[in-house]
Parts: sequence; C-alpha cells; structure tokens
Amino acid sequence: MCNSNLTKTDEEIIKALQEDFPLCEEPYKVLAARAGVTEEEFLKRVQEFVAEKKIRKMGAVLRHREVGFKFNALCAWEVPPENLDAVAEIMSSHPAVSHCYDRNTAPNWNYNLYTMIHAKTREECDSIILELSQIAGVENYQVLYSKKEWKKTSMKYFKD
Amino acid sequence: MELSLFDKELLNYLQGNIPICSRPFAKIAAEFGTDEETIITKIKQLKAAGYLRRIGTFFNSNNLGYVGTLVALKVSPEEIAPVAEAVNRYPEATHNYEREGKYNLWFTLLTRDSIQESNILNEIKNLPGVEDMLKLKSNKKYKVNVQFKLN
Repeated sequence: MCNSNLTKTDEEIIKALQEDFPLCEEPYKVLAARAGVTEEEFLKRVQEFVAEKKIRKMGAVLRHREVGFKFNALCAWEVPPENLDAVAEIMSSHPAVSHCYDRNTAPNWNYNLYTMIHAKTREECDSIILELSQIAGVENYQVLYSKKEWKKTSMKYFKD
Repeated sequence: MELSLFDKELLNYLQGNIPICSRPFAKIAAEFGTDEETIITKIKQLKAAGYLRRIGTFFNSNNLGYVGTLVALKVSPEEIAPVAEAVNRYPEATHNYEREGKYNLWFTLLTRDSIQESNILNEIKNLPGVEDMLKLKSNKKYKVNVQFKLN
C-alpha cells in the first residue's frame, strides 16, 4: 500500500526474518527457503536492508527483568523547542536510556521529549532521572512508572 | 541457571550484532575462541532459561512504510482491565502498559497507514471508561537501543 519500494519478494524476506532466528549452522539458508529465494540472494538483501536502515539490528534483546533490570520508567520532559536536539543528545548518551523520542504535545500536555529508563531498583531509577534533569537542565517532567505490563510484542509486518 | 562470565560476554555480544553471513555462529565462535556447536548450544540454553526475549531481526517500522504513535489513555480505574484487554486484542498494539499518573494506560500502535490508525483510535476512544486520549506522534527518534551490559 504505502511500501512502493518493497517488492513482493522483499515482503517475503521480511516475513521470514521477523520469526525466531533459527539456531542452527546455516540459519539464513533456512530463512531463505521460507522466503523462496537462494541463501545468497537473501544475505545480499538483508545487507541492503541494513544499509537502507529498514533493519535496525540483527541481534538479541534480553528479558530485562531476568537480567536484573526490574524497573522501567517512561519519563516525559518539557523542553523548550529550540533546545530539543541538544537535550535529546545529552539524554541519549546516558546508558540507562534505551529510547529517546520527541513527540507532539497535546492540550494541557506540554511534554515533548520522552525517554525510557531502565534500572535495577526504583531508587536507582529515580536518581538517574534526577541526574538527567540536572545535566540537561530540564525542570518540568513527569515520571510514568509502569504498574503492569499488559502487552509486549514485536510487530508482525505484512501479515495481511 | 546462574550466568557464567562466558554467558554474560556472549549475551553482551549477541545484543550488538549477529553476523550476516552463511555461518554466523561459526564467526561468533571464532571470536570467542570456541566452536560453532558450543555457541549454538549455549544460545539455546540461555533462551530456554528465559534470558532472551527475542533473537533475530529488529526493523525500523517507519522505513518499512508503517505509521506509529504512542497513545495515552485516561481510563476510570474500575474499567482499566477491560480497556487494556480490548487494546491488547489489536495486533497493531505492540506494547501496552498501565502506568502511574493521570493518564494510566499507555500503548504503542503500528499501522500500515494513518486511516487504519484513526479507525483503531476511534474504536478505542469509544470504549466504556475511556475519559481522555492523547495521540503523541514522534517526528524524530534520537535513540533506540535496548542493550543491557552485563558484567
């Protein structure tokens, strides 16, 4: 629909890639067979997807609760628009920040920068937020602690 | 299962990049001074023990032509469970968290286009108990890098 630069074959390759990565000697050969192309063609296309930034990374994401990072907070910051890039850069450079996005504001909601912060304890999370607030010079913010994870999935693209 | 130093180093490595070549695990094995089979077996164990949420490909949804947004809902407390479950039923809603604060349900939505996005958001807005909705679109992603260094 809006993916004019992706061929039908590309979509098949993406569909194969988004499933679990086969843990065997030649994983890409397995995925290539599912997509109906040769391993060589598949590898070439994957490298191109990385170069075109369609693929962000090939790799693993840990279950952060299991490895000890039990607390996450979404923090919404109110940053003067002219400082947005500079503040975002400071926050992004902090290792506890996994995501840093700008976002539109809404009526009575003036927060325009969002960071996801991970820590081992709530106290550690709070102190990281305070540190970010000080080093970036942002005083107005809201900490949105998670109370319950209702869903956490990876998108399945091109399913219909 | 307790993580050994080798496990932690392997997990740190895997969070970075899986090689894009015919025998990626042989390449990792060479870096760790071991053999391919050991690496594959180890990853299977770590996965079975629940340390890996996902191993594979992470896409940049915008560059695949998808449209994404963060949505904040203000839901009356007694209706939060049915509303959260209704949001969960959309495959397009990928993350959904109950959070402290005035806006108490936060989810991300990824759709093929903005028409589908507004249709879904209209349906959710009309659920019983939904008092307010913020659509918080991003223009710039400064950082997307979920990595936990283990040591």
